[in-house]
Amino acid sequence: MITTASTVDPVEPAAQRSIIFADGYLNKLSGERIEYECRRRLETGCRELELNFSNTEIVNSIGISILLGVIDTASDKGARIVFSEVNDETVELFEMLGLTKHVVIE
Amino acid sequence: MAEHSHKLIHAFGALAELGHEITNKNNFQETIRTSLHLISGALGIMRGSVARYSRFGHELNMLAIRGLGDDFPLSLSLCSEDERQFLSNGLNPIEISQAKVLPFFQVYDSSFERRSLELFVPLVVRDEIVGAIFLGEKASGDPYTNYEKEIICAMGHHIGVAIAQRNLMAEIERQAEQNRLLFDEMRSTYHDTVKAFAAAIDCKDKYTEGHSVRVGKFSEIIAAEMGWGNDEVEGAAVAGYLHDVGKLTVERKIINAPYRINAKESAELNKHPSVGFEILQPIHHPFTDVPLAAKYHHERLDGRGYPDGLFDREIPYIAKIVNLADSFDAMTTDRPYRARRGAKDVIEDLQRNAGRQFAPELVTAFLGGLLKELAGENREKRFRRLLGREYMETEGIRDKLRYTLNEMAPTTPMTYVAAAASVSELPIH
Repeated sequence: MITTASTVDPVEPAAQRSIIFADGYLNKLSGERIEYECRRRLETGCRELELNFSNTEIVNSIGISILLGVIDTASDKGARIVFSEVNDETVELFEMLGLTKHVVIE
Repeated sequence: MAEHSHKLIHAFGALAELGHEITNKNNFQETIRTSLHLISGALGIMRGSVARYSRFGHELNMLAIRGLGDDFPLSLSLCSEDERQFLSNGLNPIEISQAKVLPFFQVYDSSFERRSLELFVPLVVRDEIVGAIFLGEKASGDPYTNYEKEIICAMGHHIGVAIAQRNLMAEIERQAEQNRLLFDEMRSTYHDTVKAFAAAIDCKDKYTEGHSVRVGKFSEIIAAEMGWGNDEVEGAAVAGYLHDVGKLTVERKIINAPYRINAKESAELNKHPSVGFEILQPIHHPFTDVPLAAKYHHERLDGRGYPDGLFDREIPYIAKIVNLADSFDAMTTDRPYRARRGAKDVIEDLQRNAGRQFAPELVTAFLGGLLKELAGENREKRFRRLLGREYMETEGIRDKLRYTLNEMAPTTPMTYVAAAASVSELPIH
């Protein structure tokens, strides 16, 4: 199932693997919506969650915090998190802050 | 080294964003939530919370919480005075694993351990604890370094200031509300006192019962018709209520004389404006002109009034209002030596004496208010309550008012020419 944070159907059951596009939402308080959506999918059976960063140029501290929230929830549920299409600069940031210890970068 | 610099730049970016967030007048809850994100994101911290200290309940109440689970307590009690004293010594991160000798950390040990909380940061502003930050493990799994603790302190200082500001605002709002209630209470007491005085003044004169109250209400109408603000209108009413307070010192037999009083008695009676001023002057009125209204309400524009024979602009405006209200009430109520005068006669009197005794614009405003009520434009029935239904239904009173207002101010909208069905309906004199 592929969705962006802005086009979510709240009643649709999640598939085993879901893709969510981070887009520009991540770096603001409104990015909590992405975290909420990830949690919803993890709670409805999703076991592999892909976060796609193709439209995300930079990730700031708020974005990191939101991603940590997703990682924490996935860890509790025993799910796998994949970050895809992440640019080099952001990968470096994820490595520096230890996020790469918890996710797979594709 | 390069990674260290990179980390520093990232953390400084978060610190700058936090400063911006705190100084912006955003929603407080959102500010705190954003602050927690920024501190977590700056150093890659998995979970944490920000709490506000309540000095009433000695509790740390959670304002923002991330990843601590539903079973984490939302309110943590800081019972011991010594412990509170210790925590308010300064803004230094405390390693929870090293602080288990303190009762607070013993009581909540299992909750802290369950969610791997590592740091407790008391938020201290001006030597007072205002809140705390709880921080969990880092995503890297590494222990916190000293430089990271310094960054946490810097960010914690911002968050502490935001909480202290919010507390201060809440206190100011609470005090402002208390002051408002107190002011309303005092205002109500003041008005009750004024009305009690008015009743006391009126008791002395059995023929003019209710005179002061009516003058207060007519003064209120005039001020309102002049477009004054609420406070000024209220002040005009008070001036009217108290204008005759000096009569309290005049002998009852003079006030109640069922005949025209002689010169000596008249001189005695005519002292009441100055006596009224002397009574009212030492009182701190919310409306400063009240004593002046009492002193000069018998002055006339043409200088033939008393006590000082002032001319037009020398007379305080409030006194001109009370003078008109006082005269109107005298003309429209029965006296021991004559009956009340008819409505048309009173209107003519006011017109004739506008510019002599009365300020013309006040007469226009007052009669305009009366016409508005008669024409149904004002449904408050202010005049009807004071003059009675019969008086208000005097035949031809509306036309008389229109004609008078037209004559008094033919070029202004107050003339009500437009309000008349046609100009030909106006009475021809």
